[in-house]
Amino acid sequence: MSRTAERNPEVRELLERKYRHGFVTDIESDTLPPGLDEDVIRVISARKDEPEFLLDWRLRAYRYWREAREPSWAKLNIPPIDYQAISYYSAPGAAKDAPKSLDEVDPRLLETYDKLGIPLHERARLAGVAVDAVFDSVSVATTFKSRLAEAGVIFCPFSEAVREHPELVRKYLGSVVPYRDNYFAALNSAVFTDGSFVYIPKNTKCPMELSTYFRINEQNTGQFERTLIIADEGSEVSYLEGCTAPMRDENQLHAAVVELVALKDARIKYSTVQNWYPGDEEGRGGIYNFVTKRGDCRGENSSISWTQVEAGSAITWKYPSCILRGDNSTGEFYSVAVTNNFQQADTGTKMIHIGRNTSSNILSKGISAGKAQNTYRGLVKVFPRAEGARNFTQCDSLLIGRDCGAHTFPHMDIAHPHAVVEHEATTSRISEDQLFYCRQRGLDEEDAVNLIVNGFCKQVFNMLPMEFAVEAQALMNVSLEGAIG
Amino acid sequence: MSAPLLDIRDLRVSVENKEILSGLSLEVRAGEVHAIMGPNGAGKSTLAQTLAGRDGYEVTGGSVLLDGEDLLDMNPEERACKGLFLGFQYPVEIPGVSNMYLLRSAVNVQRKAAGKEEINAAAFLKQARAEAARLKLKPELLKRGVNEGFSGGEKKRNEILQLAVLKPRLAVLDETDSGLDIDALKIVASGIRALRDGRRAFVLITHYERILNLVSPDRVHVLAGGSIARSGGAELVGELEASGYEPFLREAA
Ligand SMILES: Nc1ncnc2c1ncn2[C@@H]1O[C@H](COP(=O)(O)OP(=O)(O)O)[C@@H](O)[C@H]1O
Ligand SMILES: [Mg+2]
Repeated sequence: MSRTAERNPEVRELLERKYRHGFVTDIESDTLPPGLDEDVIRVISARKDEPEFLLDWRLRAYRYWREAREPSWAKLNIPPIDYQAISYYSAPGAAKDAPKSLDEVDPRLLETYDKLGIPLHERARLAGVAVDAVFDSVSVATTFKSRLAEAGVIFCPFSEAVREHPELVRKYLGSVVPYRDNYFAALNSAVFTDGSFVYIPKNTKCPMELSTYFRINEQNTGQFERTLIIADEGSEVSYLEGCTAPMRDENQLHAAVVELVALKDARIKYSTVQNWYPGDEEGRGGIYNFVTKRGDCRGENSSISWTQVEAGSAITWKYPSCILRGDNSTGEFYSVAVTNNFQQADTGTKMIHIGRNTSSNILSKGISAGKAQNTYRGLVKVFPRAEGARNFTQCDSLLIGRDCGAHTFPHMDIAHPHAVVEHEATTSRISEDQLFYCRQRGLDEEDAVNLIVNGFCKQVFNMLPMEFAVEAQALMNVSLEGAIG
Repeated sequence: MSAPLLDIRDLRVSVENKEILSGLSLEVRAGEVHAIMGPNGAGKSTLAQTLAGRDGYEVTGGSVLLDGEDLLDMNPEERACKGLFLGFQYPVEIPGVSNMYLLRSAVNVQRKAAGKEEINAAAFLKQARAEAARLKLKPELLKRGVNEGFSGGEKKRNEILQLAVLKPRLAVLDETDSGLDIDALKIVASGIRALRDGRRAFVLITHYERILNLVSPDRVHVLAGGSIARSGGAELVGELEASGYEPFLREAA
């Protein structure tokens, strides 16, 4: 259930009313009834005016998914999910229960925006206030569009890319994360409705950081989002996903897929701040976030860097990975995952060294408080031909309180005798000495904890674009509220 | 005579159910510098930590007033905001937390508690840099994590830097002089002297005569057997150098 529905009786009533009225099934309707079968997929594809190849691909994905099973190897306790109770299509802007203005938004949500320092004009959009009421971001988006167009950069909703650039979509979609990759990737491939598409032409440095933040007019893409970023030879792009503010969202299950392709000499930097609703203090509600993110360093000297700050969601299952196929390619993974209350996170990365002289760097910072469980799971795989492969992994866990857990599963599969693979791991409790030192200088306990935790995360925050880093710090503080009793 | 700035009466403190201080009394007036000496394990750090409000130091009797207020009733940060500063015997490292950021946060919470506005960031930095230069603390240490990778002497000087910037009413310095070479010691001593005025007081916990020669305390106390075994003027320091703590241990026993 969404946070809005739980906290705001008016919204809940609207939701329930919607359910009572049931759904109309004709193609012109805004929202499909719950349930998933081949017809549903045909409807989605038809509503999006998709070419034949895409429908075929969706159907193959669906057939695979139907026979597949949910993965059970993660250290997660996942309540059963009824996939037939989910509605898989809702037209953009169809959310009839969207608040009309900020006055209708849950005050607790607004309070959080305040703590995070979200600008006033952004709050309405984040809170899901009907888009046409949010005028000032439109002009911003238009200015950006023209600057990008000048550079030849394509940055558009996925569905638009399917219409305007079907050859690119056909060539790259599923080429990094095939639908057979895993259960959730298969589901996403079958039913995704939208997402982002980016193409950076050869030898082009994208003139600005690309951010989903600026994609307006696209409500309701969150649940099964599909992102594809292609950096052509010699190009460079930095992409920011998400935002520190909790966004209004009614879907409990999220199963996104992100594919990155870096051709020869290309660089992709992908930064995420994930702050979906984590559930309440008792562990009720909250988003299940089952994401498949993978980058393919397809060309020589290419590089892909993932930075993530995972603060939200009740359950996180996520392993942004790099396939280091091109010789001399590099992969990086910088992660902060914070879990409080009853949150569970099983997250990490895979670095697959195929090409020669490939190198990868992993820095993971897990923070656990309350009754939360936080797991780092990593794989470093070095193929026999990956002469000169190097990896360095550092995993640090910080525990706040006595009832939480931190776990580290660093798998290694090294088939080249001279590969250099180093792993360091630490687990510590937040130190009484550090806390007391700060308090002796006048900081209260909560400020002291925030200070120490932010220090612990510093190296990762440093990888984020500047404004994002500042927001990420504020986000940590909000996420750990109440962690010290 | 005015009321003491720090008034400790009959203080009893246990750590892990073992009584360490058993009826310690001490009065420190504004403007004074007191030295506390005593053998290892006598409870000097216990006294300092108890004054600062550290968990695990259980007060089982007695009272402590700071400026007439019940210090034992306050949590550590309230004590700090009332003007109590503890120079730690072993300053802790806090990786990733910029030294200047912590100090500025401390200045600001203390100003806030006093009803003052936050300090201007540029003004703060200027002040901190000037003090650091006076203490011959390398400028790059200001940007580093709190005590992160500092040498022993640098950690101690960093404590004095915080002292100089925070300007507390009462500074309890726990062996700040230990492990310092003579040059560092002179710098630390001059840092203390610079702050010495009619409003402030210092309690120096030390083993060594040399810092006391540089700072010249008003009173010298020997902590032994769980309480102040002997008090006197600066002349007591010389006596201790000659006799050691043995006589006091016997006296106390
Ligand atoms: N945190 C603590 N835990 C257990 N014992 C302690 C602790 N602090 C002090 N003590 C004990 O209390 C006694 C006094 O120690 P301390 O105050 O450090 O002495 P000093 O500073 O005079 O050398 C010693 O016996 C020491 O072992
Ligand atoms: Mg001591």
